[in-house]
Amino acid sequence: MGLATFKGGIHPPDKKTLAAGSSIVVAKPPKIVVIPLSQHIGAPCKPIVSIGQEVKKGEIIGEPAGFVSSPVHSSVSGKVVAIGEFPNAMGRMVNSVVIENDGKEEWTSLKDNPDYMNLSPEELKEKVKAAGIVGMGGAAFPTVVKLSPPKEKAIDAVLINGAECEPYLTADYRLMIEKSKEVVEGLKILMKILGVQKGYIGIENNKPDAVAKMKEAAAGEAGIEVLALEVKYPQGAEKMLIKAILGREVPPRALPMDVGVVVQNVGTALAIYEAARFGKPLIERVVTVTGEGIAEPKNLMVRIGTKVSDLIEECGGFKGGAGKVISGGPMMGFALSSLDVSVTKGTSGILVIPEENVTHVDEFGPCIRCGRCIDACAMGLMPSMLSVLSERGFYEEAKEYNLFDCFECGSCTYVCPSKRPIVQLVRLAKSMVKP
Amino acid sequence: MWTVSLALLPALLSGVYFFGLKALFVTASCIISSIIFEHLYMKIVDKKTVVSDGSAFLTGLLLGMNMPASLWSFSPFTAHVPIVASFVAVVITKQLFGGLGFNVFNPALIGRAFALISWPKAMTIWSEPSAAFLAMDAKTTATPLGILKEEGVAKLLEVFGDKMSLYTHLLTGNRAGSLGEVSAIAILIGGLFLLSKRYITWHIPVSFLGTVAVMAWVLGGKGALFTGDPIVHLLSGGMMLGAWFMATDYVTSPSVKNGQIIFGVGCGALTMLIRLKGGFPEGVMFAILIMNCFAPLIDRSFKSKVFGAVKQTKAKEIKQ
Repeated sequence: MGLATFKGGIHPPDKKTLAAGSSIVVAKPPKIVVIPLSQHIGAPCKPIVSIGQEVKKGEIIGEPAGFVSSPVHSSVSGKVVAIGEFPNAMGRMVNSVVIENDGKEEWTSLKDNPDYMNLSPEELKEKVKAAGIVGMGGAAFPTVVKLSPPKEKAIDAVLINGAECEPYLTADYRLMIEKSKEVVEGLKILMKILGVQKGYIGIENNKPDAVAKMKEAAAGEAGIEVLALEVKYPQGAEKMLIKAILGREVPPRALPMDVGVVVQNVGTALAIYEAARFGKPLIERVVTVTGEGIAEPKNLMVRIGTKVSDLIEECGGFKGGAGKVISGGPMMGFALSSLDVSVTKGTSGILVIPEENVTHVDEFGPCIRCGRCIDACAMGLMPSMLSVLSERGFYEEAKEYNLFDCFECGSCTYVCPSKRPIVQLVRLAKSMVKP
Repeated sequence: MWTVSLALLPALLSGVYFFGLKALFVTASCIISSIIFEHLYMKIVDKKTVVSDGSAFLTGLLLGMNMPASLWSFSPFTAHVPIVASFVAVVITKQLFGGLGFNVFNPALIGRAFALISWPKAMTIWSEPSAAFLAMDAKTTATPLGILKEEGVAKLLEVFGDKMSLYTHLLTGNRAGSLGEVSAIAILIGGLFLLSKRYITWHIPVSFLGTVAVMAWVLGGKGALFTGDPIVHLLSGGMMLGAWFMATDYVTSPSVKNGQIIFGVGCGALTMLIRLKGGFPEGVMFAILIMNCFAPLIDRSFKSKVFGAVKQTKAKEIKQ
């Protein structure tokens, strides 16, 4: 029997060997951090510090504004030197707090509570909320919102997403190898908060040692199952993961909670454990700095707010001419326009592609209707039609072809023999019409 | 495109083997004039020439392979037919409809249809296959389908000896016909190559050939049902070339898999309808062209199934 998976998808070279072998290293403490107050999906935070104020590591500097929001904490101890608009990784100006590191590494208060499993679900959830935890796979959706399903949605399973299907990235892989126990604890906390009996950890089968490690860590834990999944992009997309593990299909435009599932990323599970046990807010994360254009690919434990240029320097700088620096993976990540932007809670990797590997598409071919994108589309859409309609400005018509069911995984663009920027055209169409 | 052209090589070689250099001349004049017309058109409308994408080359190649080798003749003069047909294929059928990717009809087939209707006599002079390479004046004869249509199975068997000999002739290509369509084996090699390279999928060829086989078996006999000979129908005429190389053209066939099956079945049914009931002995070309019209419509009605969509309707049913 084949490994669990979904229909469609593609097989790009995974390129994980570049960084997979290097253990997580704590990055040099940054001299200065620029912490955006909007690192998550939802309302930006309100700053609650003022210029000149001394802050400690882990101190809250931004308060959530609304239900779908998440607090932001200082990742260093030091002095607030500026509050204002700074460009984020996507090039948008975002209100940010700039803190100068005094190097004292003073924490607000970290208390070890080994008895955390005896806390009530409500208390645990409060800790997750206070720690400012968001989905660390990339989307950065506030975790506490996912943990607060409306009463009528009965949740019966929690999935930990260890697929890490983006080529190059190895952050989740290293966490599963080095912090397997903690990830399992995180899953147990999630199961307790949601009151479910079944927990699954899904890992793509190109990481057999991670599968073995996690199986070992989960051995003897009631209701937790570790599953190897077929290596196929986008296996780590929520809907695809649920289909592969539970055989359930999330209906179009619905959420995982509509089929009784909550999915969390490996890194998020670790953050939840640390929040529940130590009360540690989310102020650092693992970032894979990799690609053929970087001298020494590494997996770094990075403070939120560290500049990308600092990370590149720490990894030995560029090797040869860097053509593109991408935040995230090559499939769904986005190219950075400046290296002076910060690592945020959703930054899973910094990928440097050398100039010779970058294709500049000035002109692309017409759609020849070969249908490869249709076969590749995990959502069962017709990217060919969407791209043609978008190209001609028929945005409303694109909705008939389920425009808004596309989650922009980029598989269509990867397989297109005419090198058409399909996913970009889809994004354009999405921005031109209302769902 | 270049891979598809490569896959056509065995069939082209078999054509040259059976019909001599004339076959090569006809094909070459189609290819060369297709490329020239494409280039000229692009110059006139001031667009960048994309001859390197192989589209014009492939159109010319397919067009040439769909013509009788006897067209290479100077008395009566018919050597201009491939050139005019190429113009119709590349400029009228493809470029005037918006260029590659936007043409409704298969350019090579329209080119051939145009030639067949404009020069019905020249387009149906079938030389007898002979391995005489340089022979310029071959004896003419009728195609197996022509014999079947006009004189019946008995005559066909009489010409070829017995059933086995008929099948062998059809398989190898030792029979009259368009220069690239005769050898079923050579085409099959190319088709399977494309299949293994995943340039095409099984959906269109299998549904096309399957429909033809079933219809030939059920309706192809004289008098009684279920007495027809599917093998003769599968191996003769433009069947193989059509099913593997013409109907599978990306641009003019549906891109959704379910739709491709409908398309293939439609091609097969129309082919047999024309072969058994129509005025022409062969129907592959018109069948594919007719189904080309429906390709966009089929794509619209057989939209791919959106992930999770069926589940939703099922859930609704359960609720009710």
